[in-house]
Amino acid sequence: MEQTRELLINMGPQHPSTHGVLRVLVKLDGETITWAEPDIGYLHRCFEKLSESKTYTQVIPYTDRTDYLSAITNEHAFCLAVEKLMGIEVPERAEYIRVMMAELQRICSHLLGLGAMALDLGAVTGFLYAWRDREKIYSLFERITGGRMLYNYLRIGGVRNDLPEGIIGTPKDGRDKADKTIWGFINYFESYVLPEWDDLLTNNRIFQWRTQGVAPLPSEVAIAYGASGPVLRASGVKWDLRKNVPYSIYDRFEFDIPVGKENGDCFDRWVVRVEEMRQSARIVKQALQWLAENPGDYIAPKLPRVLKPPKGEVYIRYEGSRGEVGVHLVSDGSANPYKVKWRSPCFTHLQLLPVLAPGHKLADMIAIIGSIDIVLGEVDR
Amino acid sequence: MAERMIHELDWLNDPVVESDVEVNQNVIVGKLPAVVRKLFQWGQGQSVWPMLFGIACCAIEMMAAGGSRFDIARFGSEAMRASPRQADLMIVAGTVNEKMAVVVRRLYDQMAEPKFVIAMGACASNGGPYWDTYNVVDGVHKVVPVDVYVPGCPPRPEALLQALMEIQEMLKTGKRGLVTKG
Repeated sequence: MEQTRELLINMGPQHPSTHGVLRVLVKLDGETITWAEPDIGYLHRCFEKLSESKTYTQVIPYTDRTDYLSAITNEHAFCLAVEKLMGIEVPERAEYIRVMMAELQRICSHLLGLGAMALDLGAVTGFLYAWRDREKIYSLFERITGGRMLYNYLRIGGVRNDLPEGIIGTPKDGRDKADKTIWGFINYFESYVLPEWDDLLTNNRIFQWRTQGVAPLPSEVAIAYGASGPVLRASGVKWDLRKNVPYSIYDRFEFDIPVGKENGDCFDRWVVRVEEMRQSARIVKQALQWLAENPGDYIAPKLPRVLKPPKGEVYIRYEGSRGEVGVHLVSDGSANPYKVKWRSPCFTHLQLLPVLAPGHKLADMIAIIGSIDIVLGEVDR
Repeated sequence: MAERMIHELDWLNDPVVESDVEVNQNVIVGKLPAVVRKLFQWGQGQSVWPMLFGIACCAIEMMAAGGSRFDIARFGSEAMRASPRQADLMIVAGTVNEKMAVVVRRLYDQMAEPKFVIAMGACASNGGPYWDTYNVVDGVHKVVPVDVYVPGCPPRPEALLQALMEIQEMLKTGKRGLVTKG
């Protein structure tokens, strides 16, 4: 039988569906991928080195810019690390605000992940609908924090400011208040947006054909490669740091962990993300109830202007939007951190690409990259 | 260190800035009668196709400008082209580092005249919060000639839309540089 010659092509760094500046070297036999290797470093911004010359408070805005799609969760992870190092107790109200913001951010981040994956697969409508709802979250966040995308809202020990008046709303707020109150958004999201996603794409036969059976990831491989977050859960492993290793006040909330089947494919990863948004909305509702019942203005403890944590090191595991965010912080007792190591879930997931891609068509590569939902800012840091 | 970096990027500094004035005048204006020229320039201004090319955080705000609330299609720029050959406008949305600078320059060279560059955000304008680091190019103007700088970290989509309107104004008047006042 005649054999075609293998063709080596470059995908990226400027490519519409590499979610930024990822370059993938792909070897093709006809249209089938035989070998794939990601080439990273096009967005290396020296976050870890730069942190060493900043004070602890000054590092927070840089953590926003690592995974720029879910800024609050990164801030939360870093603040938790410093608080653990210094033994600071966070006011209860601040904890609830943090959790509520982090879960809203998770919804926001998954919306873009799903919307971008839909766009890459040719469903432009999904992308536009995702943006419609993201803008609503942006309006809420802008009123709370002052920023649309990168917030610098969390402070070590608390949050910068309390929630503005009237932002919580009442549980009766409907669709017309979706970008004015958080209750309005959550009600709109649960009653309108999630069914719409199901109708539009999850139960769409064309979309199912396009993603089902593509790039199955056995659970033991996922564990062996250090996958976490939705990618791991889509492979049927029930592992969520919010439940298994609770941090902050997550042990007070009721929510489920959505899991996929044993061999999670692109469609499972999609479904897990959609379900996670539903669970996040549940957490936000519980936090809102608490915040409405317990008004107060104690949101941050009094701390010295320049923080000097004692000598030592600390590691924090945090369930970010894309997986396990790890912060390894080493302090030498001075005002600047001695070392900040950021464990990024996207970096870990990107190494799955050479495992998942071979054997599939080149067009499926788009679905695979979309389904592992990488952010290059976090891969390269 | 700094000298070495400048030297390494030296080959990128071909005389683009010097030559583009003449070339652009020819391409934008041509030798057409005044009325046809005006019509042509108006049409060109209303269909600035940006290159689908995001680098970092600002790319998300660029996508927001293309999304449903801000809707860049109102300005005739919704056709984001993945190929530089079909694009008129390059929006450098994000931090450009040493590894990426070469790519940005190559993409710019591949675009057809008349071509414009928007440096979106603090990083592309002057390095932004990362200006002090070992790997980040302090401003994309060291690699490609920039027409409009948009401040902000990240800029709001409205700011990007205004930058786009500046580019449209440049195309309509046939002149580069600051066109609108105030």
